[in-house]
Amino acid sequence: MADKNVTLFINDVRTTVPSSSTIMQAADAVGINIPRLCYHPDLSVLGACRVCIVEVEGQRNPVASCAFPVTEGMKVRTSSPLLRRLRRDIVELILDNHPQDCQTCERNGTCELQKLAYDMGVKTRLFAGERKRFPVDESSPAVIRNPEKCILCGRCVRVCDEVQSVHNLSQQKRGFKTVVAPAQGGKMQDSVCIQCGQCVNVCPTAAFVQQDETDKVFAALSDPAKHVVVQTAPAIRATIGEGFGYAPGTPTTGKLVTALRMMGFAKVFDTNFGADLTIIEEATEFLSRLQKNERLPLITSCSPGWINYLEKFHPELIPNTSSCKSPMSMMSTLIKTYYAEQNGIDPKNVYVVAVMPCTAKKFERTRVEHKAPSGAPYTDAVLTTRELIHMLKCMGIDFRDLADGTFDTPLGISSGASDIFGATGGVMEAALRTAYEKLTGQPCPDLDFVQVRGVEGVKEASLEIAGTTVNIGVANGLNNAKMLLEKVRSGEKQFHLIEIMACPGGCVAGGGQPYPPVGMHVLDPELARLRAKALYSIDHAKSIRRSYENPAVITLYEEFLGGPNSHLAHELLHTHYEPKFPRGVV
Amino acid sequence: MMVSELMKVEDDKARASLPEAIVRYIESVRSCEHGESYLIAVLHKVQEHFGYLDMRQMSAVSQLMQIPSAKVTGVASFYHFFTFVPRGKHKLAICLGTACFVKGAGQVLDKIKELLRVDVGHTTKDQLFSLDVARCVGACALAPVLIVDEKVYANVKPDDVARILEEYGFAAKK
Repeated sequence: MADKNVTLFINDVRTTVPSSSTIMQAADAVGINIPRLCYHPDLSVLGACRVCIVEVEGQRNPVASCAFPVTEGMKVRTSSPLLRRLRRDIVELILDNHPQDCQTCERNGTCELQKLAYDMGVKTRLFAGERKRFPVDESSPAVIRNPEKCILCGRCVRVCDEVQSVHNLSQQKRGFKTVVAPAQGGKMQDSVCIQCGQCVNVCPTAAFVQQDETDKVFAALSDPAKHVVVQTAPAIRATIGEGFGYAPGTPTTGKLVTALRMMGFAKVFDTNFGADLTIIEEATEFLSRLQKNERLPLITSCSPGWINYLEKFHPELIPNTSSCKSPMSMMSTLIKTYYAEQNGIDPKNVYVVAVMPCTAKKFERTRVEHKAPSGAPYTDAVLTTRELIHMLKCMGIDFRDLADGTFDTPLGISSGASDIFGATGGVMEAALRTAYEKLTGQPCPDLDFVQVRGVEGVKEASLEIAGTTVNIGVANGLNNAKMLLEKVRSGEKQFHLIEIMACPGGCVAGGGQPYPPVGMHVLDPELARLRAKALYSIDHAKSIRRSYENPAVITLYEEFLGGPNSHLAHELLHTHYEPKFPRGVV
Repeated sequence: MMVSELMKVEDDKARASLPEAIVRYIESVRSCEHGESYLIAVLHKVQEHFGYLDMRQMSAVSQLMQIPSAKVTGVASFYHFFTFVPRGKHKLAICLGTACFVKGAGQVLDKIKELLRVDVGHTTKDQLFSLDVARCVGACALAPVLIVDEKVYANVKPDDVARILEEYGFAAKK
């Protein structure tokens, strides 16, 4: 049914909008930015904070513009002495129940409450009463929960429910004692949390932040006994520039490499190499299953948030999921085996830092499956994009002025197929480029599989390859994944290959990515599209765009591994999963 | 063990955590429209049976009703009626309504806390008494009022407390 239009007046400006709009949406359309806090354009409307109140003629009290629908002839006022006073009072009351430690806070400069307090003209505090006190929950290796900084806006609860379908968070207790927490106010580590970090992304304050590993990395860099090596994920080159004033979607691979070298890393390697390797291992696995027609669909395993979800929510799909380690873990394993051996370095002295768009990688790093036989983890530290930006600023490295550098060989050589791993559909596209050749014996004529590109939550396609119909599915955001997997479970559609990324938009919008610049927001599909576009442009500019053509990977198989899915490849590059508890409700 | 078997074990564990009648009740309401809205009713039955709610039972409710655990405990912790502390054999409720309070219920409460060494909402170590406060029981003429299980004590003074508690097995340390 077509949406009717209604005409209303906002601050005497006549505007016509669809009748399903709220006052806030109508005001946005005419360039009036009503102050807001709990509101998030991609989540359900809660109307909890009341910061966005406006006056509507005929209404006795101000109304929350985020939740109030427009009507024909409505007269709205978005600013008045009364509204300004009320909004300031609301923000003041929130501040009175909040630690006043902005200077030392992780979100200093990126905090929405801090900005709002300034915008509302809060210049002084009038009261100093009791405020809520809660312990900080640092139990999770990925995400820190600090309820004292929580303003109960409910964004994390909504993102966890509506976007990720994890339902780990809810308001517990009530009134002054209300706290957002996992079941029974328990620890994050003992909960169904899948560590995706989307709560960190949507939180307006520092109630959710990533675990900080920067100090550890600084210490390693200044330890002469350590050979400190870094690898950087595909998605970082598309987003790190945002930390230094570049517009979203500006690729900055060369500057990133130079910056890392200036920080003192002995080698700057590329997780892309691991991505190419993943494709070859996974394509081999896929072909073997396709030929035997067993354990299909094959589901990708790069996203650690998805793997956590698999183990806690869908353990019945464990046999379907690729046994390939993630590109990060493949890289770290090879750095401490192949690279160390080739260069005569004792793996004990090698310290591997991974720069990731992801908080769940911090957890993946700690898995027992990803530890060397000695018990030491293959990956020693995981930095999110945000943490790396912080370290560079801390070291005074002027990112914008850096010359372009190139990755170290051989573990820095990669094909274009690996760059697009950071975007939803990218792993699928990269896999298809290689699988096509393996199935037909011919190189794939058209490398751009546009069917799987784009930020839509679920994409499905059927491809004819060598007389076989291959049904593929791509999902990003776990609620979308859940819908796709439901089709698998019910048998509604026979898929052969499925790619799942836990974060909405893929790694480019991961839980460790920079907070968006003014004018964009977290979960903004346009932001994910721009960042992905940067990756596709990098892929397009490369001469080698198929993983199996990566010369360094070919050498690795010849010199070291023996061949795809070989015994040694299995030992080093593959892993296993098991059901984890508590079990989530799907 | 196969994954499917493991999952069945989990389901069986959830079933075993609750009395059969409650499991049957959950199964009957799950097929209703808005089956999840029976959560409070289910929690009432669980508390009625066990005297309180603990994580094991709430997880079982979560699994069997397919309502996320965080929501189950969120609802249970919101309502004053639900308790996560095992209740004592005898339930004390001291009225702190206006009339009782004015007539000295606060001092009576202090005396109970002192004698039993227990806080409001908690249970004594020997599991004999649990202590709660009530907000007006509608017997203001009898203020201050102390209720033990079903019995109402009127015009209670701090000095009466020990004698009342002794009726229920309390032994004061001499």
